[in-house]
Amino acid sequence: MLVPKLAWRNIVGAGLRTWLNVIVLSLAFVMIIWAQGFVRGMFEYTRHTMIQYEIAGGQFWHPGYDPYDPLTIDEAHGIVPAALQSLAGEGEATAVLVAPGAIYPDGRAQNVLLKGIDPAQTVVEIPTGTLAGGGDGYIPALIGERMARQTGLGEGDWVVVRWRDAGGTFDAADMRIEAVMSTTLASIDQSQVWLPLEQLRGMLRTPGEATFVILGRETPPPAAGGGWIHRDLDYLLSDITAMIRSKYVGMAFFYGLLLFMALIAIFDTQVLAVWRRRKEMGTLMALGMVRSRIIALFTLEGALHGLLAFLAGAIYGIPLLWWTARAGFPLPEIAGEMGFALPERLYPSYGALLVLGTAVLVMIAVTVVSYLPAAKISRLRPTDALRGKMT
Amino acid sequence: MWSFLIATVLLPLPLAVSTWAQESRPPDASRPSGRAVLERIDENLVLDSATGVSEMIIHGRSGTRSIRSRFWKQGADSSFVEYLSPPREAGKKMLKLGDMLWTYAPEPADRIITISGHLLRQSVMGSDLSYEDLLENSRLIEVYDAEVTGEEPVGGRPCWVVRMTSRVDDAAYHSRTVWVDKERWLPLREERYARSGRLLKKTTIEEAQRIGERWYISRATFRDMLSSGEGTEYIVESIEFGAEIPGHIFSKAALRQ
Repeated sequence: MLVPKLAWRNIVGAGLRTWLNVIVLSLAFVMIIWAQGFVRGMFEYTRHTMIQYEIAGGQFWHPGYDPYDPLTIDEAHGIVPAALQSLAGEGEATAVLVAPGAIYPDGRAQNVLLKGIDPAQTVVEIPTGTLAGGGDGYIPALIGERMARQTGLGEGDWVVVRWRDAGGTFDAADMRIEAVMSTTLASIDQSQVWLPLEQLRGMLRTPGEATFVILGRETPPPAAGGGWIHRDLDYLLSDITAMIRSKYVGMAFFYGLLLFMALIAIFDTQVLAVWRRRKEMGTLMALGMVRSRIIALFTLEGALHGLLAFLAGAIYGIPLLWWTARAGFPLPEIAGEMGFALPERLYPSYGALLVLGTAVLVMIAVTVVSYLPAAKISRLRPTDALRGKMT
Repeated sequence: MWSFLIATVLLPLPLAVSTWAQESRPPDASRPSGRAVLERIDENLVLDSATGVSEMIIHGRSGTRSIRSRFWKQGADSSFVEYLSPPREAGKKMLKLGDMLWTYAPEPADRIITISGHLLRQSVMGSDLSYEDLLENSRLIEVYDAEVTGEEPVGGRPCWVVRMTSRVDDAAYHSRTVWVDKERWLPLREERYARSGRLLKKTTIEEAQRIGERWYISRATFRDMLSSGEGTEYIVESIEFGAEIPGHIFSKAALRQ
């Protein structure tokens, strides 16, 4: 217990120098946790929103469907396999038919994707119930806020829609915007128009067909047949996971910089301590303390900075991080155009693993930079040390 | 009782008489069959092979701009277009082979972009013409049934009014009405309709030129009736029919040459 006692007495005795180091390190510590919580909050929000509005419990795709290939979207539809039809009949799945088209808001042509969905579905939280009232000689449509902004269309507006049926013949009709849904998810909003499934099937002359089927959140995937491909949540979220991973990598530079600045301060303190306390080391050796214990003493002094920083960070960090997790951060409007769902206010998410992982990382880094100057002691002769010489 | 009699027997009588009169009328010997009219149009407008220079004047919302290009066409499936001006568009090229189309832009990225499927229906450089419209060279007679429904002058020239209805499933337009010059067999006015009957496009030929035995467009205006633009003028500055076109023109390699 001698070494810890001595170490504690020494760093407390160092006064302001210790506390300055502790404050700088704790700032780095809290900032790293906050930034990681920010990215984690972003990921959790996007994942939750995609499941809620777009992918639910996974999807089955028509074999020709590739959402990133506009050249094949024309042909990517077919009769829904019986197993999926049966699930859709029970409300456990919902079919979506996708077709390219154009709308003419204010006489200006704009290419869109027409997406047909059952108005009565409850698998995803798109407000498709608003499409239930149409069919009297017009096409009811649902669009998102982005689309409404892009086109200047609002609830109750009429617009001409033009499409081609499965054979390739043009058709056009009037469409009424029944509702504008509020969503942060661009993938169900941007350049998209939602229509009643049966009406779109009639327009395209593709009865019973769909492009993909969304499964309910608790619905196990059946053996669909017909070549339809099951896409699970891991697959459907892989883009967003990769994007968030790249954000983590980008943030790692920021963490590294913060930690580097704090560790430089600790390293500097340790180098000075080893230099100034040569006679003290010599005295300890002369009194019988072995070199390894002296190294342990100096390393522990440095590591205690990390422990104190952790405690100091907890004093102001816990309320601060708790408050940010509760109140969130308002994001600028441009954040919504980044390609994935971002809310107006982002709530960081801090898990125990995140805090403990960061604490362990900081402690290891502090211990290593504390040990490096202290390692010189292993070559120190007691007689030189007592005379104030370093060898 | 009397009112019932009038409603059921007397009121339909004039209609029945009129229908009987139309059916019993002898066919107009001078009126050509719809098929014959389409054959004459195809003879003029469908190109076995041709090369020439054309200009597209786009009257958009933000002003008018003009694009000149040189084209090569062979049969219904092969076309090649190279833009000559304005400088911003010069050097861009477009190749159509069957249902596939490639565009090439030397600046900024020296890129070839594939266009097919629904993308062929997109407007070419903001004009009222889609890629399909611009490069279309198929015979009307293979796609449409036609019936001459009357006569009406267009621009002072007597025309047959011909109603065309598609007889194949993959026709772009379900029906068309054309006003065909009785003497030159050119569709001086044309309206293209959706399956629902909505008017989608309107074309008028304002000037025509005679080259050999063939009458061809000199100046035409295309208008997308769903959009609010002022239409796109298409001017054929020069054209050579039956031109010998080297095979390599219709290859992707030619896009970068």
